[in-house]
Amino acid sequence: MKRTLAILLANPLSLLGVVLVSVVILSAVFADFIAPFPEHRGAVVDFANFNKPPEWPYIFGTDLVGRDMFSRILYAYRISLILGIVVLAIAVPVGVTIGLVAGYLGGWTEYLLMRLTDVFLSVPPLVLAMSIMGVLQPTLANGMLAVTAMWWPWYTRLVYNITRGEKEEGYVLAAEVIGASKAHIIFREILPNCVPAIITKMTLDMGFVILIASSLSFLGLGVQPPTPDLGSMVADGAKYLPDSWWLTIFPGLAILVAVFGFNLIGDALRDILGAEQ
Amino acid sequence: MIPLARLLAKRLATSLIVLIGVSMLIFAIARIIPGDPARIALGPNATAEQIADLRAELHLDDHIVVQYGHFIADVARGDLGISLYTNRPVTADIALYLPATLELVLVAGVMMVGIGLPLGIWSARWRGRAADNIIRLISLLGVSAPSFVWAVILMLLFAFYLPLFPIAGRISDTYAISSVTGFLLVDTLLQGDIRAFGNAAWHIVLPAFALALSGIGQAARLTRANMVETYDKPYIEMARSYGFPARRIANHYAFRPSLIPSLTIIGLDFAAMLGNAFLVEAIFAWPGLSRYGVAVILRKDLNAIVGTVLIISATFLLVNIIVDLLIALLNPRIRYSQRPA
Repeated sequence: MKRTLAILLANPLSLLGVVLVSVVILSAVFADFIAPFPEHRGAVVDFANFNKPPEWPYIFGTDLVGRDMFSRILYAYRISLILGIVVLAIAVPVGVTIGLVAGYLGGWTEYLLMRLTDVFLSVPPLVLAMSIMGVLQPTLANGMLAVTAMWWPWYTRLVYNITRGEKEEGYVLAAEVIGASKAHIIFREILPNCVPAIITKMTLDMGFVILIASSLSFLGLGVQPPTPDLGSMVADGAKYLPDSWWLTIFPGLAILVAVFGFNLIGDALRDILGAEQ
Repeated sequence: MIPLARLLAKRLATSLIVLIGVSMLIFAIARIIPGDPARIALGPNATAEQIADLRAELHLDDHIVVQYGHFIADVARGDLGISLYTNRPVTADIALYLPATLELVLVAGVMMVGIGLPLGIWSARWRGRAADNIIRLISLLGVSAPSFVWAVILMLLFAFYLPLFPIAGRISDTYAISSVTGFLLVDTLLQGDIRAFGNAAWHIVLPAFALALSGIGQAARLTRANMVETYDKPYIEMARSYGFPARRIANHYAFRPSLIPSLTIIGLDFAAMLGNAFLVEAIFAWPGLSRYGVAVILRKDLNAIVGTVLIISATFLLVNIIVDLLIALLNPRIRYSQRPA
C-alpha cells in the first residue's frame, strides 16, 4: 500500500491524477466552506447579477438567474461522487461474480446467466437508464438504480471473457486435478487473474459513472433542479452558445477534470498491479 | 467453415431469445409507469368515456401477460402501434429518424476503429517514448468527458471561433435530396450529386468525431494495454531475435491477440454510441432519434418508447453478432471449441 502510493506520487501523470481527484473530493466534502455563495446551490434568484461573464467575485460567471457557477459546481461534485461510489459498490461485486460463475461452470448456468447479461447489454446503456428514469421519479436514488442496472453487465462480460480463456490454462487444470472446490478455483485461482482488468475498469468507471449520470441529467432525466448538476448545467447553457460560453464550458470542464483525474490514477494503478503479478 | 456456420446459426437463435428478453424488460419498464397513459395521451379535457375507449383499444385493462401477448403478436406482424405523441405509426416515426442516427453512429464507428486501433498499436510499439505518452494522454482525455462536452468544445472551437465546419444540421438547405435509404451519404451518391455528398460529409465530421472520441480513446487504450502485455511473451522475443521488422512484429504478432479484447470493447462501445448519439444530436441539432426519444419518454408514450428501444436493441444485436463472428474467426481457441466433439 505504502509502496503503491510512493509509485503513484513519483510519476508526474499519476501525481496529476492524485491532485485532480483530491481537489474534486475536497471541494465536494468542504463545499460549505469553499463556496463563496453556498446558498446558490438551491433555488436562489439574483437578477441584478444574472448571466455575468467570469469576474470577481464570480470567478466562473453567473447563470441565467444570477447564481454563482463556481459554488454550484462544487455542490454538483458532491452529488456526482456519492452517485459514483454507490453505483460501483453494487454493480462490481454483482457483475464480477456472475461473470466468474458463468465462465467457469459453463453449461446451463452459463447459458442462462449470459443471456440475462445479453438482455441488459443489448439495450444501449444510456437508453436503458433513460427508460428507467423516464418511468421512475427523477431522484438521486432512482438515478443510482438506473445507472447500476446498466453497469453490472459490463463487468460480467469482461470477467466472463477472461474466465473462459483462463479455465483452459494449466494452473486451473492442476487445481482441478488436486480436487480443489469450485468455489476455490473460481475465487482463489481465476479471480486474481481478473483483478488487473477489474481494477482498470473500476477506476475508469468511477469517472464514467459521473459521466453517465451527467449525461442523464443533460437529457433532463437525472437529478432535477434546483439541485446543482454538471450535466443539466451544460444542457441549460448550450442554448446560449457561443455568447454565454461560461455556462457550458466550466461545468463541462468540471466533468472532464474529475473523470480525467480518476482515469490517470486508474492507469497508474493498473501498471503497478500488473507489475506485481 | 462449418463451425462458423454453426456459430452463426447459434448466435442468431440466441439473439432472438435475447430480443424477446429485451422486449419483456422494456415492456415491464414501460408498463409500471405511474399515471394512466390513456389519460396522458388524450390530455386534460378528455371525457371518462374517451379514456375508457382508448384504454380498451390499447388493451390496458387486460392482465399484463395478456397485454404482452397482444404486443408480441403485433410486433411479429411488424406493427409497433400508434405513437400517442405524433399520432402516427411508431414504425413510420422510427423509419424517419433512425437513419440519421445510424449514419452518425456508423461514421463514428469507422472513426473509432480507423483511428483508435492504429493509435493503440503505435502507442504500444513506441512504449515509453514521447509518441506513446502523447497518444496515451490524448486517448485518456478522449474518454474523460461525455460526448456532449466534446460536442460543445468542438463546436465552439471549429464552428464558432474557427468557422471550418457547419454549426448544425445534416446538410445545407440548398440541396434537395430525395430519401431512398435515409442515409444522406448514400442517397447523395445514388443521385450522383458529388457536391451534396461533400456537403453532407462536411456536416457529419464534427458530430461524428464528438461521438467517436471516447470510443477512439477506449480502443486505443485497450489495444495498447493488451499489446504491452503481449510484447513480454517469448514468441515476440523470438520474432525479434529472428530480426523481423518492428512494424511486422507490431501489426501481425503483437496486435493479433489483443484484437479479440479490443473487438469485444468496440462492440460494446458501439452500443454505447447508439445511446450517446442522443447527446451529440441535441447539441448539433441533428435530426435523429434523440429529440423523438426524449420527447416520448417525457410524455410517457408507451408504444413509442417500447418501439424505439426495441429497434435500437435489434440494431445493436446485429452488430454484436458480427463482432462475435469476427472474434470467432480470429480466435482459434473459440473457433475449434465450436466443433462437434
